[in-house]
Amino acid sequence: MERKVVITGMGIWSCLGKTLEDVRDSLYGGKSGIVFSQERKEAGFRSALCADIELPDLKPFIPRNLRQFMPEEAQYAYMATRSALENAKLDQDYIDSHEVGIIYGNDSVAEATMHALDKFREFKDTSACGSGAIFQSMNSTVSMNLACLFKLRGINLTASAACASGSHAIGLAHTLIRSGLQDCIICGGAQEANLYSVASFDGIQSFSMREDEPAKACCPFDRHRDGLVPGGGAATVIIESYEHAVKRGAPILAEIVSWGFSGNGDHISTPNISGPARSLELCLKNGNMTPHQIGYINAHATSTRIGDSREALAIAHIFGDYKVPVTSTKSQTGHEMWMAGTSELIYSMLMMKNGFIAGNINFVNPDEETACINVVPETREENFDVFLSNSFGFGGTNSTLIVKNI
Amino acid sequence: MAREDITKQVNAILAEEFEVDPTLFTPDANVKDTLSLDSLSLVDLVAIIQQTYKIKIPATDLREIQTFDNLYDYIESHFGQNG
Repeated sequence: MERKVVITGMGIWSCLGKTLEDVRDSLYGGKSGIVFSQERKEAGFRSALCADIELPDLKPFIPRNLRQFMPEEAQYAYMATRSALENAKLDQDYIDSHEVGIIYGNDSVAEATMHALDKFREFKDTSACGSGAIFQSMNSTVSMNLACLFKLRGINLTASAACASGSHAIGLAHTLIRSGLQDCIICGGAQEANLYSVASFDGIQSFSMREDEPAKACCPFDRHRDGLVPGGGAATVIIESYEHAVKRGAPILAEIVSWGFSGNGDHISTPNISGPARSLELCLKNGNMTPHQIGYINAHATSTRIGDSREALAIAHIFGDYKVPVTSTKSQTGHEMWMAGTSELIYSMLMMKNGFIAGNINFVNPDEETACINVVPETREENFDVFLSNSFGFGGTNSTLIVKNI
Repeated sequence: MAREDITKQVNAILAEEFEVDPTLFTPDANVKDTLSLDSLSLVDLVAIIQQTYKIKIPATDLREIQTFDNLYDYIESHFGQNG
């Protein structure tokens, strides 16, 4: 028997805020988290635009010998997860006596790896890397750190699927809970925000060059879009079976109705239309949903010419004449990459729970292809009970989630 | 480098790195216990001494460093030798 899967807690550490209330207000107010970084310019970046994310101080919470294992993104993830657990009323006593798992999205640890190997090369001695280096430099660093810090004894897994990592993490957890293999899983996505993490990405000329107007640089679906802006931070959701949530008296926020996924089987960086369309189609089918039941789409759209237009065409292909409201919150946050699949689910949840759709800031005019969808340019009051969130990544990995209000 | 300078500098570095009150660093205090070093964080002690004083501490020598005095002695006698 397939079980209902619900969201019971959310936590986030992002350029739009570090509490759900602040993030809600930032979304509503159309705040941009994008800044110009002089440090990146001087380091040799083609585009010095990035999201502004504060590094948390973990000293009050975690002793030095455990912090040693945590790179930047694990620090963000720790803070987001603390908040999510609190939001879900899931305390350490409960975790200690029940099997709680973790599936977290992460796909790089560039800075930590680089620092460790710099020390090794400088001193020609492996011990110069330090005790934390091996644990910091693995892609699974977030799930391994959080599992030990929160003493999790369930599934312990990292989803590495480029910019769809955070969405696949939730999809996988949804599948495990739905089938009865797990009752409760901490899910999320984390993205390092240091300049080294995206230096090579800047090198392939994918970033917006609108450095004179940082807040206006990211304009998904707009005809003048000229590239993405890198972001970062971490987002966590607590998901569990409905029965489990009811039994422990958890706040039940929404149901994860279904997960859809696909591979493009095509170019490594250039997306196509059929891959994303199949992900959308499968998600609707798995949830026994029709397009008309979807009240809002949080698009993957990163503000690149080809990516945005292909996603628009995929949405139009599946939704036909129904002009479902669409926005990309990346217009405010930049591209939160490994984190985006989870953070954008939280952004959409905050909109759904508070009765508004955050405007796709900086959207003025579509081009011929993006004109086929209904992009909402300014925040408007709107109640909806079901949303769909897209996340796509390099290598043609696509993930779609549908969430229903409770 | 004078012994007094080594003591002062080592204490300051270790206090910052391992977040321990330096008043606990008495000459006869056990280094591992005072700094709460386990098998992993012991590597950080080796790394920080190597990076600060250009001294490579082999595992066999490390076993002989029990007290803070032992550590100051080791640095004083090996200072600059592996640079």
